[in-house]
Amino acid sequence: MSFLQLQKLEKSFGQHRAIKSLDLSIEQGEFIVFVGPSGCGKTTLLRLIAGLENADGGGIQLDGKDITKLPSAKRDLAMVFQSYALYPHMSVFDNMSFALKLAGVDKAVIRDKVERAAKILNLESYLERTPRALSGGQRQRVAIGRAIVRAPKVFLFDEPLSNLDAALRGQTRVEIHKLQRELGVTTIYVTHDQVEAMTLADRVVVLRDGVIEQVGTPLELYDHPANQFVAQFIGTPPMNMIPLQALASVAQFANKTMSAEGFLGVRPEGIRILPKGIEGVSATVELIEALGADTLIYINALGVSLVARQNERASLVPGDAVALEFDPRFLHVFGPNGKVI
Amino acid sequence: MNEKSLLMIRTIAAWSTALLVFFPLGWLALTAFKTELQAISVPPLVFFPPTMENFSVVQDRSDYLLFAKNSLITSAVSTLLGLAIAAPAAYSMTFFKTRRTRDILMWMLSTKMMPAVGALLPIYVLAQTAGLLDSLTVLIIVFTLSNLPIMVWMLYSCFKDIPKEILEAAQMDGANVWTEFRNVVLPLSIGGFASTALLCLVLSWNEAFWSLNLSSAKAGTLAALIASYSSPEGLFWAKLSAASLMAIAPVVVFGWFSQKQLVQGLTFGAVK
Amino acid sequence: MNRVLPRLLLAPAVITLFVWMIVPLAMTIYFSVVSYNLMQPGAHEFVGMANIEFFVTDPDFWPAVLNTLILLGSVIAITVVFGIALALLINDPFPGRSMVRVLLISPFFVMPTVNALLWKNMMMNPIYGVLAQVWQFFGQQPVDWLTYHPLFSVIVMVAWQWLPFACLIFITSLQSLDREQMEAARMDGAMAIQRFMYLVLPHLARAIAVVVMIEMIFLMSVFAEIFTTTGGGPGNDSTNIAFLIFKQALMNFDVGVASAGALFAVVLANIAAFFLIRMIGKNLD
Repeated sequence: MSFLQLQKLEKSFGQHRAIKSLDLSIEQGEFIVFVGPSGCGKTTLLRLIAGLENADGGGIQLDGKDITKLPSAKRDLAMVFQSYALYPHMSVFDNMSFALKLAGVDKAVIRDKVERAAKILNLESYLERTPRALSGGQRQRVAIGRAIVRAPKVFLFDEPLSNLDAALRGQTRVEIHKLQRELGVTTIYVTHDQVEAMTLADRVVVLRDGVIEQVGTPLELYDHPANQFVAQFIGTPPMNMIPLQALASVAQFANKTMSAEGFLGVRPEGIRILPKGIEGVSATVELIEALGADTLIYINALGVSLVARQNERASLVPGDAVALEFDPRFLHVFGPNGKVI
Repeated sequence: MNEKSLLMIRTIAAWSTALLVFFPLGWLALTAFKTELQAISVPPLVFFPPTMENFSVVQDRSDYLLFAKNSLITSAVSTLLGLAIAAPAAYSMTFFKTRRTRDILMWMLSTKMMPAVGALLPIYVLAQTAGLLDSLTVLIIVFTLSNLPIMVWMLYSCFKDIPKEILEAAQMDGANVWTEFRNVVLPLSIGGFASTALLCLVLSWNEAFWSLNLSSAKAGTLAALIASYSSPEGLFWAKLSAASLMAIAPVVVFGWFSQKQLVQGLTFGAVK
Repeated sequence: MNRVLPRLLLAPAVITLFVWMIVPLAMTIYFSVVSYNLMQPGAHEFVGMANIEFFVTDPDFWPAVLNTLILLGSVIAITVVFGIALALLINDPFPGRSMVRVLLISPFFVMPTVNALLWKNMMMNPIYGVLAQVWQFFGQQPVDWLTYHPLFSVIVMVAWQWLPFACLIFITSLQSLDREQMEAARMDGAMAIQRFMYLVLPHLARAIAVVVMIEMIFLMSVFAEIFTTTGGGPGNDSTNIAFLIFKQALMNFDVGVASAGALFAVVLANIAAFFLIRMIGKNLD
């Protein structure tokens, strides 16, 4: 029995079935990321675990105990909300100590715990301020501090970086990563940003329409996507998806037989651009994006738009005629139902 | 015409209109400090040595003090009673929302729209039968019920303004219904309670319809007292002004501070 | 626990309001079909429609209805027109704006009885009143407002009191007017009048509707002013439905007839209320 176990979880909002018979096992100390497009149910799933929504069916076990029917207050979980949800009328100290105060913990113990958490998060000089007097980044740290102080069984993060500006986002992402390594608390993190998923997670859970599409380490998902959806969701720019019907000549690169309605998936780094010649698929250059370290080349082959990525600078110009070669290491063959073959 | 002269015209127009509208009140205030003879002087006196004697004469009248006390008691008690009934209801409708919640709220608001005159007779007959005519009790009950819909509405709006995530955070922190209310909802809604109380105090204090009809010598409020001054002679104007000024001053000042709540409360938020 | 608590919290409010609604209504309906004189308690005879007939054929009835409608219509018209004008005037900043607002809203907080006497004695008295003095200043014979124009006088008093309310509502509504839209209209060449007709007025439509409906409901019960000044007269020149009911019930002690009249007023108010509630309901979500 793993640390956190979800069994056949069901949740509907009126007619809409948000979570469909979902199973998931999470080990202690893991950093799990729920990722997916909006409406996929990742936040709903998080809230079900938190107890802020009641499951319509199925069960949740935490550390051997069935918490399915328990109210949030009794689940020993801490949540960091997207909008931080700090208590506006309380000081930072009071915000962080609220849960312990409610639990009747001794004042001296509370002070000790809060100060230690404040030290980790660089909040020591802000303890007497109210949220109004804090910047966005500071508020977020208070929200995290509030969770740390409680030493819960699981940390729940609901898109914590989405309200920060871009510069702060990268920095905070690294800090959260380091923090989790240090504390070793099981963490569930929800985001729609697959970069956060790739960089933070021990394992990633990709969700779509209330169903788990795939669970695995970030690189597993990248190298061996189970279906088209996961293949195109993970990785930037997204994997090129070529329908066989549109460009039959690609079949030569696949080392498996492809069904006529199948798709060939190829990562941008798997397309090699060669001068127009005998071999390869012919294409025309549409656009070049020079990013410095990488160069993205947008090409069109018989009406199919593709993007290639290379480390070298390109001397190509829009309109050039080129030939394409596909590296079999980055190829994925998909059947008409979207699943990998 | 250029912007500066346009601004000057607007300023003059606005100030003249405001002074014109305020004039009757200002005149009332002025007259309160005149002697009776000065009050009826022709042409009207604007500058005169002020006197406080009207105020003391009015206050010496035993029924003035009684009626002032009655106004105070009926306003204060009905407001507190109303809050005690309205707050739980508003809390329930905000945080335990059901499908029926909206209908119930609408229904409550609609009870405010029954014209007072429609309930006059039944209430009068009931009060008469129960021996409660000319008693503070019946006035308190009627004031409370008249203002209840407004109080429920205003407290509901106030509770709704509390972000849901803060309450969820409290739940995650281990708060039950009571600790959530005490530690989070209450501190964040104190302002709303204050505005609601203020508005209802104003409405009850000014209430004239029920006071005139249900009370007389014992439970009369200031509104009724002023009505009894309605004599044709002009000899009591200064005193009438003093009495009136004392009766309306607290509420007019209260009103200056509760403008926004007034709009929200009286239109039930139909205008944003 | 999760089901019981919410209901328990709601109960006091719902029960009291329900009783407040139902009991007077039931009693009114009952009274309107029996003969009940307050001087002769205990003698209730079922008389069916007789009370309603009596009320409706009372020579005071239709004049009272007319007066009520005139009162309602005039006050609404005055407050809406001047309310909008004032709101537009003070919408944009100018020196002393907050003071002006304070001065403008004061009349609304004055007790109706003080309001009545203020006008009756200070302003409208034909000998000592301010208006009389002003008339004389211009060489005109002062007018005895309350005697010769009783309904008009009442209209003035009530309009003065409710103008601030309308003005406040319109100011609130104007503040949500889209500045950028106005600027776009100016760039498109729209003159002030056109901007008013095509942009401002439609935006205010909702606020106007609210003001009209609320005033309809509350002005139906105008009573204190009439009671304190004209006593409904001379004759029945300034008697409205509310005062007529009062007269029947507490002066003639005929509860039955008065109840019939009350039902009439309630029906009228309910029509306005129905539309107002719908509008509020739309805003609620």
